[in-house]
This record gives sequence, structure tokens and C-alpha cells, in this order.
Amino acid sequence: MSGDNDPAGMTRRQLIRHGAWFGAAVVLTVAGGEVISHVAGSAGAAQQATRPALRFAQISDSHIGFNGPANPNVADTFNHAIGQINGLGYTPDFVIHTGDLTHLATPDQFDQVKQMLTGLNTPRVFTVPGEHDSTDDAGQKYRQVFGAGTRGDGWYSFDIAGVHLIGLVNTLNMQKLGHLGTDQLQFIEKDVAGLSSDTPIVVFSHIPLFAMYPDWGWGTDDATQALSYLKRFSSVTCLNGHVHQLFSKTEGNVRFYSGTTTAYPLPTPGQGPAPKPVTLPAGKLREALGVREVSYTKGQQALALKDQKLT
Amino acid sequence: MKVIFLLAATGILFTTACSSHASNATPTSPSISFQSGITPGMSGPAMPDMSGMQSPPASASATAADSPSPQGGTAVAIADFKFSPATLTVPVGTTVTWTNQDEEPHTIAAKDGSFHSPGMDTHGAYSFTFTTPGSYDYICSIHPFMAGTVMVTK
Repeated sequence: MSGDNDPAGMTRRQLIRHGAWFGAAVVLTVAGGEVISHVAGSAGAAQQATRPALRFAQISDSHIGFNGPANPNVADTFNHAIGQINGLGYTPDFVIHTGDLTHLATPDQFDQVKQMLTGLNTPRVFTVPGEHDSTDDAGQKYRQVFGAGTRGDGWYSFDIAGVHLIGLVNTLNMQKLGHLGTDQLQFIEKDVAGLSSDTPIVVFSHIPLFAMYPDWGWGTDDATQALSYLKRFSSVTCLNGHVHQLFSKTEGNVRFYSGTTTAYPLPTPGQGPAPKPVTLPAGKLREALGVREVSYTKGQQALALKDQKLT
Repeated sequence: MKVIFLLAATGILFTTACSSHASNATPTSPSISFQSGITPGMSGPAMPDMSGMQSPPASASATAADSPSPQGGTAVAIADFKFSPATLTVPVGTTVTWTNQDEEPHTIAAKDGSFHSPGMDTHGAYSFTFTTPGSYDYICSIHPFMAGTVMVTK
């Protein structure tokens, strides 16, 4: 299948844009005084930089089918997010959608979101289901559309540029929190068993694999078991959606990053009685939405993330 | 701590950029390899073949919002991610109706699997007739921290 992924290499123009990406990345690291000025001054040199070994984008929680006041047109904001990724100035090696593609898991909504995802300029789009994609059928309709080539109830792994990536399903058979289940735990254990401990690991799931706010179901009850199989790896990055807001946390060798949504914000943990959609004042919605770039450069222990607000 | 770390990573990235003049600037993108024969995910525009991805047939959906209002004693409201009343006691043969008043969708899913509603959007409703006495615990399968019980008496 590797022959399917050949986005024509990097042109001179892309290389220059790539330099601009580096420049933009500096904005994220505002706290760093001297380093910033050094980096900013290196912008010209950066144009000749080697590209990272891997660059991909994350989008999440498009909730196609939602039409409440918090965002009366989720298709429009999702299309905008797709356009923003297409305008990055380079072709992401792949794009991952971390779940809640649809709002109510209807055939029409799955069809619509699938069609919209084909607008992404990337060789491959990966997905994991959210609980909204598996509301009433344990994810059957989701897997009919997005489950080709996956294992079990929709999980999978792949390797690219020396990085091992695992897509997990933690929205089925839930008691109170997200849940992986015995079969999937066994899959993870076997899946990484043959890997060298210096292989960078990236794990995608919809619900966080860390306890972000269990009272609202923002955690996964058997994630500790899954992460125990990853303890020996020097670099583990877990990317999730579900919470509709940016958040990050480091536990030992694992870095967790919650991504935001392209649909509507949710409250910060504990603010209000429930994780209800938040309706922002007019003109403020896009600031709460966004897309994420992730890159891996050989020799770096951690992946570099850059979160962009929807413009 | 995260910010500092990112700084460090970016800094090293640039150091690399300045010192090595595209020594490993491969013009091709990395390829994806899978352990299973079939590739998960969907192709981008470079590979628009969507065969194998078929739209599933239409299936049941939640009752329309204008369904008859449930009578007192057989109704459960869903608001602010809570079932009210959390425990409802009804005689056997009663039809219980849940109505979603939240902007978020909810479902009614019996823990023993005896009933499971579709996703109910705002103002959506779902009814189930209890024909066997007993205690029925249920949750919202979308938000499983929401729990309720129907006690069905003889």
C-alpha cells in the first residue's frame, strides 16, 4: 500500500512555505526569550531545513448533523478546517480525525462526513470513532464506512517514517468512562511486542487515555493497562478528542494532548452541571475551534505539536 | 513545562536545520506500512477509489419531537445530563417515555440489554413498554455517567 502514498515530493515552493511553518511554530513558544530571537533570526536558514521525518494533521469532533445554537453550521466550520489543513503549505503525510465525525451516527451523516473528508489534500485519512458515532449499534455503521482494514471493533496500527501509530476504539461497552476491553488490550500488547524501545509511539483515541475529568466521562477505565505495555518506550504521544478543548499532560514517558473541535466548545472541567455545548458570543466561535499539526523529527524524543485556531 | 519543552525541541530542530544542509531532505513522503493486508483509513484525493465504503441502509431514528406528551408518572425528562426522576416506579404494562431537553443527544440503554433507544436529538423522545416486573437500570450510552432506574411492580 505504500505506493498509494506518493504526494509528489516537496517542491521548492513547498520548501519555502515549510520555512514559514517553522517561523509560525515559534509563535507557539512565546515564553522563551532568547531562544525565540535566535530562532526568528534563523528563518532564512530554516528554509533550507530538512523536513521532519513525519508531518500529519489532527482534526476532531466535527459532529456533522449538530445544528444547535452553539454552532448552527458545523459543516461550514468543518469545511473551513479542511481548507486550513489544505493551506498549510505542505501536504501532510496523513490526517487523523479523532472521532465524533457525526453527531448522531445516521447513515446520512456518515455519508456527508465521508464526502467532506475526501476534500483533504493528503494521501491518507485515518479515523477512530467517537461515542456519537456509535450511539446505538456498537459502531456497526461507523465500521461500514470507515472500518476497512481495521481489526476487532475498528482498531489498527501502522508504521510510517520510523514511527509506530495505533488507532484505538474506546467508545464501546462503556460503563461510566471510555473503555478499551480485553480484546483490544491484547491487541496493543502484541502489537508493540516486537518493537524496539526507541520507536516513537503515537496513540489515537477519541476519549482521553488519562483522567481528565472522570465525572463527565473524560477518562478511560482500562487505559492504565494499555499504557503499561508502552512503559518501556522512550517516546509515547497520546492524541485524543472528545473534550472539545486543548489540554496537555505528561505522565512519565507519556505525553497526552487533547485536541479541540471543529464544531462547538464544551465547558472547562467542572464548570457548570454538565458537558453541554457552549454558545459563545457572535464572532467568537472560531477562536475555540481549530486544527493541529504534528511533526516528528528523527533524533527528537518528543513530537512537536502546533495548534491553530480556525481562521 | 510543556512550553519549555517545546522550545527546546524547536531550538534543536533549528540547530539541525542550520548545521545540516538538507542532508536527509528526501523529496518523497514517507510511506505507510501495515501489518494486515488491507490498509485502514480512507484514501486522500490521490486515490479516490472509495470502493468498499458503502452507505449503510437507513435505520430507525428517534421518535419525532411532536410525539404525544407523556402522562404524569410515566415520563422521564432528560435535562442537564440527568434523568428526572432518576428512579421511576410503574406498574407492569406501563409505557415509559423519555424526552430529551438537552442540546446534546442522549440514549436510553438498559444495562441488561433489554432495550436501547436510538440517539435522541434535542426534543426527541423514546418510549418502552415494560411487560415484566423487575428493576431496570439504564444509562445513556453516549454519556454513560448518566444513570437511571425503572422499577416495574406487579
